[in-house]
Amino acid sequence: MFEPDTSVSPNGGSSIFGPVIPAIEFEKVCLAYDDKVILDHIDLTVGSGDCKIILGRSGGGKSTIIRLILGLIKPDSGRIYLDGEDITDYSEAEMMPVRQKIGMVFQEGALFDSISVYENVAYRLREQHRDEDEVESEVMRMLEFVDLADAVEKMPIELSGGMRRRVGIARALIGDPTIVLFDEPTAGLDPPTARTICELAIKLRDLQSVSSIFVTHEMNNVANLSSEYATVNEKGEVVFEKEGDKLCLINTEVLMLRNGSIIFNGTDEKLRKSSDPYVTRFIRGER
Amino acid sequence: MNPITRFLSELQEVSLLIGRSFTSLFSRPRYVAETVNQMDLIGVGSLPIVLLTGFFTGGVLVLQVFPTLEYYGIQNQAGNSVATSLIRELGPVLTALMVSGRIGAAISAELGAMVVSQQIDAMRALGTDPIRKLVVPRIVALILMLPLLTVAADIMGLIGGGVVANWLYNQDYAVFINSVRVGISTSDLVSGLIKPLFFGLIIGSVACHKGLTTTGGTVGVGRSTTDAVVIASIWVIIFDFFLSKAMQYLFDLGQL
Repeated sequence: MFEPDTSVSPNGGSSIFGPVIPAIEFEKVCLAYDDKVILDHIDLTVGSGDCKIILGRSGGGKSTIIRLILGLIKPDSGRIYLDGEDITDYSEAEMMPVRQKIGMVFQEGALFDSISVYENVAYRLREQHRDEDEVESEVMRMLEFVDLADAVEKMPIELSGGMRRRVGIARALIGDPTIVLFDEPTAGLDPPTARTICELAIKLRDLQSVSSIFVTHEMNNVANLSSEYATVNEKGEVVFEKEGDKLCLINTEVLMLRNGSIIFNGTDEKLRKSSDPYVTRFIRGER
Repeated sequence: MNPITRFLSELQEVSLLIGRSFTSLFSRPRYVAETVNQMDLIGVGSLPIVLLTGFFTGGVLVLQVFPTLEYYGIQNQAGNSVATSLIRELGPVLTALMVSGRIGAAISAELGAMVVSQQIDAMRALGTDPIRKLVVPRIVALILMLPLLTVAADIMGLIGGGVVANWLYNQDYAVFINSVRVGISTSDLVSGLIKPLFFGLIIGSVACHKGLTTTGGTVGVGRSTTDAVVIASIWVIIFDFFLSKAMQYLFDLGQL
């Protein structure tokens, strides 16, 4: 069984350029509701520009990790660091500026029903009282990034499930956050739409060096995110290529949770070779 | 959790919500446009039902009281009795109950739906405090609009009473109006305007608390909405008793 690495210091590792501060770091984080343990001594590190895929069955504590990073809930014990800053004991008011550098994509999009797609995407910048011209250009840039520039005047109720998720991504990315959290963004979507969502996450990771956590229970997402990379061809177009002889992806790792504990942490290649019966069954889609 | 512990826990949570809302008033950001929008929804939106309720309440008061007053030969005091009961009690309480049913339910359902669809979490994730953005504008709007709606209900109640006294009992309008003017004191008017301030706070804080603590999906939204209306209505009636006693003490109304 995988032994969680507990040797990571709050300041992360070091490189020839000096200490490397991880974008996200959990140190022995525990959380329980009454007698039910949700997270049990979780150690987790996401390097700057890296992507961590969190796998596990429903109710395994995956989404709780994301809610902890955002400070929506607090751990019972352990420490949480964002860019080296200990946010564990931050109050709601202290968390507000921290949240400005985090983008969050919710499972169902969580769009504000009463306002248009434009207003939804513009929400964060409006709250920061940015100039309206800047807001408009940023909103259009983000909607073009998710290929939804045509839907700008629509209300959320008029959108399909996939479009809602993409608007949710545009809303999360506005203001250029350095950390993006995806909470099962492909759940319930058809495979082509799910792939589109994964491609957006790959583009963020490879072309914009955004650190991300991608919570999912679908192995297709793991295959997409950990074996493909985005690059720009000579025509200036974004293309997706498979890792292989030319390049091996090292910026994406998989972490698997079971009943609030980490049972695997490593690359997708190691995941597929794992001898852990639970991991093997999960990969095969068995109970 | 036993009922007493649950009651104390909820009381503590509502008190904390009121406290946080109050302290939010003294620092930025403030959502003035949202507050004005809520004042429109709560005030203008509730006006028709409040006017209708007021008119028929005034009318039925005269309908019930007039024969008794006539028996004692003091039917010219009909305006006095209607005005006193309307302005001191029925105007504020009935308006609060109507607003509790209409606005309390709407606030609880809206916030509850936002909770179960993760919109509240999204708001917090985008750096907005839901207390400032959602709770404060609603409570402030209720506190400001409920006294105005009460005044509107009182006026319509007096009109309703006057119409019934004239049409059914052939009392001259001048007699009714004179009786109203003689019967109402400044302390009646002041106490009738102070009560709705507290009722607005009760309805707003209970509805927002119930909405924000919704659990259990769409079924939970229904439960929160029902709880918000029932609990706010009960607290309005309980507070009315204690506020009336306090007003009697303050204005020495007990002698009337």
